[in-house]
Amino acid sequence: MTTTRTPVLQARGLVKRYGPVTAIGGSDLELYPGEILAIIGDNGAGKTSLIKALCGALIPDAGEILLDGRPVHFRSPMDARRAGIETVYQTLAVAPGLDIADNLFLGREERKPGILGSVFRMLDRKHMRSEAQRHMTDLGITTLQNIGQAVESLSGGQRQGVAVARSAAFGSKVVILDEPTAALGVREGNRVLQLIRDVRDRGLPVILISHNMPHVFELADRIHIQRLGRRATVITPQSHTMTEAVAIMTGAAEPPPPVA
Amino acid sequence: MADDTPGPVATAAGPQPHGFDERRADTPLQRMQHVLHARPILGPLAVLLLAIIAFSLVSGRFLTAANLGLVMQQVTVIAVLALGQTLVILTAGIDLSVGAIAVFSSIIMANLATDLGVPGVPALLLGIVCGTAMGAFNGFLVTRIALPPFIVTLGTLSIFFSLNSVVSKSETVRGTDMPSILTWTGTTFPIGDFRITYGSIIMLLLFAFFYYALGYTAWGRHVYATGDDIEAARLAGIRTSRVLFSVYLVAGLVYAVGAWVLIGRLASASPNVGIEYNLNSITAVVLGGTSLFGGRGLVLGTLVGALIVGVFQNGLQLAGVDVVWQGFAIGLLVLVAVSIDQWIRKVRA
Repeated sequence: MTTTRTPVLQARGLVKRYGPVTAIGGSDLELYPGEILAIIGDNGAGKTSLIKALCGALIPDAGEILLDGRPVHFRSPMDARRAGIETVYQTLAVAPGLDIADNLFLGREERKPGILGSVFRMLDRKHMRSEAQRHMTDLGITTLQNIGQAVESLSGGQRQGVAVARSAAFGSKVVILDEPTAALGVREGNRVLQLIRDVRDRGLPVILISHNMPHVFELADRIHIQRLGRRATVITPQSHTMTEAVAIMTGAAEPPPPVA
Repeated sequence: MADDTPGPVATAAGPQPHGFDERRADTPLQRMQHVLHARPILGPLAVLLLAIIAFSLVSGRFLTAANLGLVMQQVTVIAVLALGQTLVILTAGIDLSVGAIAVFSSIIMANLATDLGVPGVPALLLGIVCGTAMGAFNGFLVTRIALPPFIVTLGTLSIFFSLNSVVSKSETVRGTDMPSILTWTGTTFPIGDFRITYGSIIMLLLFAFFYYALGYTAWGRHVYATGDDIEAARLAGIRTSRVLFSVYLVAGLVYAVGAWVLIGRLASASPNVGIEYNLNSITAVVLGGTSLFGGRGLVLGTLVGALIVGVFQNGLQLAGVDVVWQGFAIGLLVLVAVSIDQWIRKVRA
């Protein structure tokens, strides 16, 4: 990672206050092309607020967000999504009764070409299914027997797989994952980690928020440590150990200067 | 995903299930659960077929074209109202005002025509507009004021019924006093020995329309997603308030068309009917396999559910069973249907 590269997504001096409480007090962030940037921090360090600002769920009071070097102003998650930033939420945000293809295209369904689509609003089921199958195969999720299978008949890891596939399919710039493995068992969590690596390897930079230090150290190219509403530093899994990271996170150790 | 080892993922899935896919050996009961889960129409269809077979064995008059035509006429109104109810229940709501909206709309149509001398077609259209507005009012309270649908429609049930008495002055309007367009839905035409009403044709067209709208348009997908998990739908970018509002509005429209069918069926517009339509419409929806928890169900199931009710009422009557036992049998069916729904919902791969 060199400093001459333009970050895909950059935040400068973001501030968000809730009355007397400062959730983010002038926080920076850089996400470079093709990397997995993990964000760690103690509870109340402002991780969630920072992420919400990046995915449009929260409007910062001050500071700026740059996407590909250009300033952007997101008023809603839909704005961020239109700009190419996809978010996977901790809560397994899929509709359980709908099938995999329907979930992948939920909220951005494709209509048939011609009069069937424009007048009769008919969905292009066939195309959406084949596209869904392609996206799932691209990410190596090939063992699902049927793209028309209801999501509720899948395991937690498979559902998260669908959510990650959705973000990878539609996120043209950035994929943000908020605690993607928190609700999962060890084996399923590991599979989702591999899935995240695959997303990165396909060229999409990933922001990963996690409390799980082993996961963070296994996956991340760089680790952004958030503390007291600001970025304390950025380290790499090679430069520091987990214990050192936790020490910086909790304030027990002085943060080193950030790596680019 | 291939396996636990890091590194490149094997993309070719072998015949052996592996990776994410871990299946347990299924018992026949579990297999049935899976089949019913994947094809929810099968349960209601089986019940309908069994009932038809049973009643045709009990009474020779059951399986005649004339009698089946009668069953069709008897279920038409409930089927239309249950169709609107299905939309609401798919969003995990419930509509207790269905009977009130339908009856009030029929009173508006009839009284506009007879008291104010409005010609037939405008009276009909104004009645439909009023029914749609009543549905929209429910939708407004559910989405903007964020009240639970049960409470909203409990309130509007009372409001619409009392307005209904005010407008009608508690008097029934005879069909012979109305423009013929209002009672047209009750006129029959024969298909062989089978006599079908225009109301039944309207009903079937409505079902065909909503079968398409729910299954083949983005709106339909959004209705299911909203009923299934409203938070997930919102996070996926669906404007769930708009979807909910549209559902209540469209349900009101369907009830108002039901009002037209109702006038034809009764050959009158009476303020004193309709209270039983609330529960009957919910019964048809539930028997049709639509889940009261939302997000699951089919309009064709509702049609089958309405037919089940009709077949039971008619069949028990032909079999000479006392009328009081009809309610008992339907009630029992409802409980069984809801129990099966609960069981199917527990399905896991």
